[in-house]
Amino acid sequence: MRLVVVAGTPGAGKTSVLMHTTRRLLQLGMKPAVVKIDCLWTEDDRRFERLGVPVIVGLSKDMCPDHFSIYNIDDMLAWAASQECDVLLNETAGLCLRCAPYPDSCLAVCVIDVTTGPNAPLKVGPLLTTADAAVVTKGDMVSQAEREVFRERILEVNPKCRIVEANGLSGKGSAELAELIRKGPETTAEMRLRHNPPLAICTLCTGELRVAKEHHRGVLRHLDGFMEYMGE
Amino acid sequence: MNLELTVIGGVDKKGEVEPVERLDMKRGEIIGIVGPTGSGKSSLIGDIEQFAQGDTPSGRYILINGRTPGAETRSDPRKKLIAQLSQNMHFLADMTVDEFLKMHAKSRGKPASVAKDVVELANTLTGEPIHPDHHLTILSGGQSRALMTADIAVISDSPIVLIDEIENAGIKKREALDLLAGEGKIVVVVTHDPMLALMPSRRVVMRNGGMYRIIDTSKEERTVCEDLTRVDDWLMSLRETIRQGNVVEAAP
Repeated sequence: MRLVVVAGTPGAGKTSVLMHTTRRLLQLGMKPAVVKIDCLWTEDDRRFERLGVPVIVGLSKDMCPDHFSIYNIDDMLAWAASQECDVLLNETAGLCLRCAPYPDSCLAVCVIDVTTGPNAPLKVGPLLTTADAAVVTKGDMVSQAEREVFRERILEVNPKCRIVEANGLSGKGSAELAELIRKGPETTAEMRLRHNPPLAICTLCTGELRVAKEHHRGVLRHLDGFMEYMGE
Repeated sequence: MNLELTVIGGVDKKGEVEPVERLDMKRGEIIGIVGPTGSGKSSLIGDIEQFAQGDTPSGRYILINGRTPGAETRSDPRKKLIAQLSQNMHFLADMTVDEFLKMHAKSRGKPASVAKDVVELANTLTGEPIHPDHHLTILSGGQSRALMTADIAVISDSPIVLIDEIENAGIKKREALDLLAGEGKIVVVVTHDPMLALMPSRRVVMRNGGMYRIIDTSKEERTVCEDLTRVDDWLMSLRETIRQGNVVEAAP
């Protein structure tokens, strides 16, 4: 079984790129299964169903979507195996850009939108810096020079990553990404994350609604950067 | 270096085989792409820019010297064979002109000192001068286009140049084309402008997403092109006179 984890900023075009890539994988004779993780709501499973591939949705609700995605990887892989598939495409819904839900033996794909500007690669964090491939979308909206500057910025934060220029509308780049998936790593029994999740947890994580400072416990960071543990 | 660019035809928007099965272009050639809006002109140069390998809606294949280009020439700007002036009229990057050009020079393996050459050249194409400290996002459409054109001429000096509707920018189109179409390059020009369409020795006619026909520019068309050049010169001088706030006189 191969595992592909597709992460990226909201609206970057993860689903569209993955749809085109799924079609290409089918043409190559592979058997993809799709798990779509979202926070509250999604209809994207219907889009994937139209391609005739097995698809399930996971809604993280009260849990961090990246943590949810990581916690459920075993179950996802078991499900994909039960569907007699040979590659699991896991589309995540990470929002805070602090986690990177990539295990070591997967193909880690970060989808990033070129219209967010050349400073965006510096803001995305481990999602991009620990990815194997950066898929750059919406390149048709900017000049070639701007695409090349964006690419340079990605290489500054992740010099080894493979950059794929893609377009969710036309399907550009899907053949290249499908080829990377086909040659991607097999999953192993004892997978480890590439990057540590943030120091957790504080009282806000467990439902505290009051704003005033005195009500908060846990590992807390002040505006000036000072970090401390408050509690028993 | 010998260089030949080949487009192997695919299908049109209806999925039918496009009438032109193969298009070969050699160094030193300028080829026009004409056709109504929506006929697939930009998609054709899009296919060339990304070295399509049957993975775009057209199903076309692009070959360099008769072979499939390597992945590196597809993506690494230092090895890129293609410079493209697209229809985009604005920059989205929140950087100054100077920062942006220096970073682009770096991505193409050129020294940072070329940034000032680009600005100087751009200012020969546009009315209102561009300053290196300007933010890209405040430039006008014409200034942005002039900067993109100069950037291609100086920084993205590639042997294949793709130009999409240079006449739309409000910049000096013939000067801009001369800058981009250096000696010994393959130049593909998408255009609605009669003069630019008749300047190349051949033009591809697009219809419904497919390459429909190739027309060799006839002797008569060349004469028309010369006439058009004179008309264009006159139009340009009128435009300049009016722009400068002066009053025009009757044709000589």
